[in-house]
Amino acid sequence: MDKTIALELRHITKTFGEVVANKDVNLELYRGEILSLLGENGSGKTTLMNMISGIYFPDEGHILADGKEVVIRSPKDAFALKIGMIHQHFKLVDVFTATDNIILGEHMPPYSVKEEGEKIIAEANGIKPVKGNEKFLWGLKLGLKLTALPFIKLGKKIKFDYLSKSRSARIETIAAKYGFEIDLKKKIYDMSVSEKQTVEIIKVLYRGAEILILDEPTAVLTPQEIDKLFAILRRMRDDGKSIIIITHKLNEVMAISDRVAVLRKGEHIATVNTAETNEKALTEMMVGEKVDLNIDRAEPVDPKDRLTVTDLTVVNRDGIKALDGVSFTARSGEILGIAGIAGSGQRELLESIAGLQKTAGGDIIYFDPAKEDAAVDLMQKTPVEIRDLGVRLSFVPEDRLGMGLVGNMDLVDNMMLRSYQKGHSLFVDRKNPKHLAEDIVGRLHVNTPGVRTPVRRLSGGNVQKVLVGREIAAAPTVLMAAYPVRGLDINSSYMIYRLLNEQKEKGVAVIYVGEDLDVLIELCDRILVLCAGKVSGIVDGRGAKKEEIGLMMTKLHGGENGATEEAL
Amino acid sequence: MFLTFLRNAIRFSTIFLFGSTGETITEKSGHLNLGTPGIMCLGALGGCVGSRIYLNSIGSDPALINGFSAVMTGVIFAMIFAGLGGLLYGFLTITLRCNQNVTGLAITTFGAGATNFFITYVDRTGFNYLAAKYTAPISPASDWFSSIFLSHGVLVYSAIVLALIVAFVMKKTRTGLNLTAIGENPATADAAGINVTGYKYVSCVLGGAVSGLGGLFYIMDYLYGSWEYSIDAMGWLAVALVIFSVWKPNWGILGSILFGALYILPTYAGVNFSIQELVKMVPYAVTIIVLVITSIVNRRESQPPAALGLSYFREER
Repeated sequence: MDKTIALELRHITKTFGEVVANKDVNLELYRGEILSLLGENGSGKTTLMNMISGIYFPDEGHILADGKEVVIRSPKDAFALKIGMIHQHFKLVDVFTATDNIILGEHMPPYSVKEEGEKIIAEANGIKPVKGNEKFLWGLKLGLKLTALPFIKLGKKIKFDYLSKSRSARIETIAAKYGFEIDLKKKIYDMSVSEKQTVEIIKVLYRGAEILILDEPTAVLTPQEIDKLFAILRRMRDDGKSIIIITHKLNEVMAISDRVAVLRKGEHIATVNTAETNEKALTEMMVGEKVDLNIDRAEPVDPKDRLTVTDLTVVNRDGIKALDGVSFTARSGEILGIAGIAGSGQRELLESIAGLQKTAGGDIIYFDPAKEDAAVDLMQKTPVEIRDLGVRLSFVPEDRLGMGLVGNMDLVDNMMLRSYQKGHSLFVDRKNPKHLAEDIVGRLHVNTPGVRTPVRRLSGGNVQKVLVGREIAAAPTVLMAAYPVRGLDINSSYMIYRLLNEQKEKGVAVIYVGEDLDVLIELCDRILVLCAGKVSGIVDGRGAKKEEIGLMMTKLHGGENGATEEAL
Repeated sequence: MFLTFLRNAIRFSTIFLFGSTGETITEKSGHLNLGTPGIMCLGALGGCVGSRIYLNSIGSDPALINGFSAVMTGVIFAMIFAGLGGLLYGFLTITLRCNQNVTGLAITTFGAGATNFFITYVDRTGFNYLAAKYTAPISPASDWFSSIFLSHGVLVYSAIVLALIVAFVMKKTRTGLNLTAIGENPATADAAGINVTGYKYVSCVLGGAVSGLGGLFYIMDYLYGSWEYSIDAMGWLAVALVIFSVWKPNWGILGSILFGALYILPTYAGVNFSIQELVKMVPYAVTIIVLVITSIVNRRESQPPAALGLSYFREER
């Protein structure tokens, strides 16, 4: 490995509103190396990479490519610097073949009529005859040649525009060089996730990228596919390309990378050589010291089993198990935290309970306190059926303005969404929802011009207060909240914690999905840790260690773990 | 009798073919232009204005009419008027990101209304002489073949050639590939370095201009220069034909002939007046059936462009 620097970041800072995504980050990338970018959710990995690939522009700091300072304002600029990023969400046209996706947007090799003309004139001037007939013929020939140029350009343009059969020739060379296995004539919609990823990588290589950034490439792959991908990445590295791989799977970091850069809460903690570190040291760098947040936590009063989930399995659209044999019990008067890396099955779990997700197997049993804890089966029920069974389930979804509230409707109408089916009058009842809306605005200090303001005009924190307020007003016995403080400022966050605690003290079984481990440890009575759709353990919130949870999030306990490590 | 029927079916199909080819160009970029009926009206108006200007320039002397320049003037003016309609639609939906359906319907109402109003100010005397240039057959009808296929005016063949060219460009060139990518997934096209807005504008204006030729043909060729307030009805069939031909102009050629045949069938088949309107309904019913079949078959290639009807914001990630 030669040690020339391909890309260097100096003091990069990026803020979104008041949220600091990256703060004073320094990073070097060498030619012919694989650098892992490690960090928890929200640690600013993707934001940092988006600044290199031209999607965001840094507020402060410099980017140096090959030692020269560069300005990257768009993906086009990044391509010009031979930087290519493979996003988590593939940018492919479904109805096209692999080939057509790869050549899409390709530009014609430059051909300037002016330059060519100057070349011809210079050439002709060299053999310019002096007199008479010869000179006339010389001039005529030159004139004809020059007039032909625009037509030659047009011809080249048409030839380039035509999609010839040989357009895949160069792609095949690249595929063969790095050992990609791909059918270039296959349509994208017929492809597996892994094949689509292959197309994305070839696309970036086809455009001449020397620096490849892969945003969590292994999240969607099977262990075998990961092996194949890593083999290809190593081959590209040996070919002199620089690769940055964003990940939070420690075993992959150890398996593939030469160096690891660790980010925590937007700050660069350290860059270490992979050979000189271990998983434990990396976890400590990743989660950092414990921060005291002073969130109140009362002892659970008379906890009773409220909701039991047994062996819940969900298969997503790609045929991958989003949840695999998840079992737990949520008790009344208790906050059950759910920790895990984003996309480990949190969403599917909550939606299965709420009746929004098709499940493949398992049991969800609710114990109704109104009927002396009689068991009610919630499996495969729709939300309406669940409500009709008298189950008072409230759900604060992750997607506030998509699933929770209707952005274009005002506060009153959004309150009404939960109540308009009640009553038998021909006309909807707006009076009670209006009182409720006013009550929530007053009690939760929602900053709004009035209850008739469309919800989308409110800020994120206020939207969340409205949503949580409405869900709590339904007097739930089970309250599920997914990332309720995401994007909220510190005061609004504490307001939400307080509301959740209030509900807990009222004897509600609260399920809280969160990403900040400090909050989870201080707020929750018990914490269930998910890893890749499986429960890797349930720990007591009192006395839980951040590192312990961090490790559980990134790998499963027991034999499962050993097997994955061997496969790599 | 049957011969005349087939002949007229092909002739009539030209209206739909121009309309649907133009609409296909627009829809391929992800813009559902329901303003096509209005734009076809504008095309007809433009054709009439152009024809008037041409006649005035030669002092309205029928003997001085030159076939080529007469038709070209009509075509150019029709394309300009209709192209402006497409530009208006494009400005509203691309730059201002208005709802495409609402904008389209507004353009239809506007186009049809404006045309019906302004046409009363266009003096159409002498248009029958011009119409003769539009309808002049490229070959005299000597046998059944030439009578059905070769006895039409120049616009009939232009429509077919144009549909073939558009089909070729869509399938076989990078231009078509880029346009299809924009209609399927504008964010991907944008990331690939394609000028999304530019392509969208060109496809809206060009699509409008081509659709407008349908209106011109209807007035100057099919109606021999007289006027009828029913162009927008043809426009709706043209929009339906786009779905019928599953966004392929080359299939649209056959589809338009079928639509044309069904449309004029009542006149030739001696259909009882009482059920005449029912027969006229058949093209729409056929379109619904095609929609049902394509959605059952669910082949990705026969589905509408995935981003059809959606505005594209680059900032919205």
